[in-house]
Amino acid sequence: MDLFDILLNASFWAAAVRIASPLIFATLGELICERAGVLNLGIEGIMVAGAFAGWMTVYLGFGLWTGVLIAMLVGMAFGFLHAVLTVPFGLSQHVVGLGVTLLATATAYFAYRLSLPEVTSPPKIEPFQPFEIPLLAKLPLIGPAFFAQTALTYLAFALVLAVWLLLYRTPLGLALRAAGENPAAVEAQGLSVTAIRMGAVIAGSGLMAVGGAFLTMSAFSSFFFEMVNGRGWICIALVVFGAWRPGKAALGALLFAAFDALQVRLQQTPMGAIVPYQLFLMVPYVLSILALVFMSRRAEVPAALMVPFNKGER
Amino acid sequence: MRLEPIANPTLARRIVLPAVALALTVIAASFLALLAGANPFATLGLILSGAVGSKFALLETLNRATPLIFTGLAAAVAFRARLWNIGAEAQLYAGAAVTVILGTGALGLPAALLLPILALAAMLAGAAILLGPVLLKTRLGVDEVVTTLLFNFIMLLFVSYLLEGPMKDPMGMGWPKSAALIPEARLPRIVTGLRLHWGFALALLAAVAVWVIQTRTTLGYEIRAVGLNAEAARFAGIPVNRVMVKTALLSGGLAALAGFSEVAGLKGNLTLDLSPGFGYAGIIVAMLALLNPLGVVLSALFVAGVFVGADSMSRAAAVPTYIADILTATALLTMVLALRLTHARVRWR
Repeated sequence: MDLFDILLNASFWAAAVRIASPLIFATLGELICERAGVLNLGIEGIMVAGAFAGWMTVYLGFGLWTGVLIAMLVGMAFGFLHAVLTVPFGLSQHVVGLGVTLLATATAYFAYRLSLPEVTSPPKIEPFQPFEIPLLAKLPLIGPAFFAQTALTYLAFALVLAVWLLLYRTPLGLALRAAGENPAAVEAQGLSVTAIRMGAVIAGSGLMAVGGAFLTMSAFSSFFFEMVNGRGWICIALVVFGAWRPGKAALGALLFAAFDALQVRLQQTPMGAIVPYQLFLMVPYVLSILALVFMSRRAEVPAALMVPFNKGER
Repeated sequence: MRLEPIANPTLARRIVLPAVALALTVIAASFLALLAGANPFATLGLILSGAVGSKFALLETLNRATPLIFTGLAAAVAFRARLWNIGAEAQLYAGAAVTVILGTGALGLPAALLLPILALAAMLAGAAILLGPVLLKTRLGVDEVVTTLLFNFIMLLFVSYLLEGPMKDPMGMGWPKSAALIPEARLPRIVTGLRLHWGFALALLAAVAVWVIQTRTTLGYEIRAVGLNAEAARFAGIPVNRVMVKTALLSGGLAALAGFSEVAGLKGNLTLDLSPGFGYAGIIVAMLALLNPLGVVLSALFVAGVFVGADSMSRAAAVPTYIADILTATALLTMVLALRLTHARVRWR
């Protein structure tokens, strides 16, 4: 099987779309935070917490969508913590973000060990099943790739459009973007920068958690340690790569996922027998760094990103 | 609400607020213990006695604090210049890998020569690892938080490759681990019979050295100036980018010493689980110490105590050992908030 065969294989593109889905959720979440002026380094831990909370809810016998909802609420709770500390109190977004990541990760692991002290192999749940969209799923190549996925994947792509509409076609979106560009102007309009930023961080964190939940509820069917494995950090790179625009960021996630799916398949080729597998596994991280390098010069960073706003201060 | 700066906070404010932060951490610990169905006081007692309750416990805490002092210093030095080096984990493994490459027989020197060479080589490796991200930052404006974070994953995969390939111990029964260091490459114990190696003394020395650099040298002054206001520093004629690079070399070198000291002092070989997140914990250590190098020693001892204590507690009570991570993260978040409130008053209107 050579490269050409892989690229013409529908299962490859289906895998790419599947791998992109959690990244799209979390990237959109991070994008909303950053557009409002807050860098949310809690993303990695919030994804872990979401992965655990969603999985645990279903494991306890509740429905899949209840799991997604609980994951989102848990993410929003950690987002609230991040927002309180970074927005009204203006604490370092780096420190708080890393602190939230450690706290959320440790809380998820603690809760996992507490509820399942003795397990050696992680128990499974019945995850979201793929369903074909009539007609569209019959299209060659594109059909199985995009239209025979799980409900969460469809939701991810629908959210790209929703977030774009929110940011560029609603007054709220305008206010949110302005809070990240020129907070003083927002305040002059009689709006509260604090409220907008806190809302953005809380909502964005909810999305990150759903991204995490995708891992346990759609991609795999159990929760295990280290399963998020840097995906949160990759999403931060994807936001930069997408120049803080939802459509471009989602495209970046797809491109990235395609490379990830490709490296897995290349491991099965004769090339994989010569090249150590660790080199293939490095591909996602190296790509993220390259994406940052190539896009950083052209990117339009929100002007007030990481600048705390204190009313009455100039 | 609004924050109003306080120019000269009272002594009471300086003491009470951090004390409240610490109290909140203890309350969190009690709550988690209750959640796990254990007695909170017994749990706290077990953590405390597990950390400092016996000679063995105390030495274990000092041993655990050693890499944390190094990674804490690495973070403190870098953060002072607002260089967000979150990649201490990668630098630690780079230092460890070089120690093993040169220390397993490649250099047949007496200990007095070999150990300094190994430490220096490890530092160079750690510095080299951080050089990439910092040059990307100063030359191309690429945010170093994400690049250093991503390097952690790349480095771990690289070490995994080394341990399964060129560095694999032929006598390792198939386990991915390196060959053992030669005796000359091992850091001796400070007192014979006590499980505490010279790495701890080296860590203390490093803390003093960093303190001297920060308070008594031009570089230290420049680092502070760049950290306070890079634009103003540039205007004052400080070569900001060069200071950034020097800071990075120092920071990467310090983090690598953690790897050197763990391998040469404690483990004697390299495995993939050499560091249970020392690089990340170093960030907490540095922040709790307010980036003060001498404070890093104290906060490293505190964080190490929490981890060692929680380990020993979870063997006795049914409280998962992850309580330690929750506690240190809580201590970090409550402490930064307490310090903010020490220097600012909340006005609700």
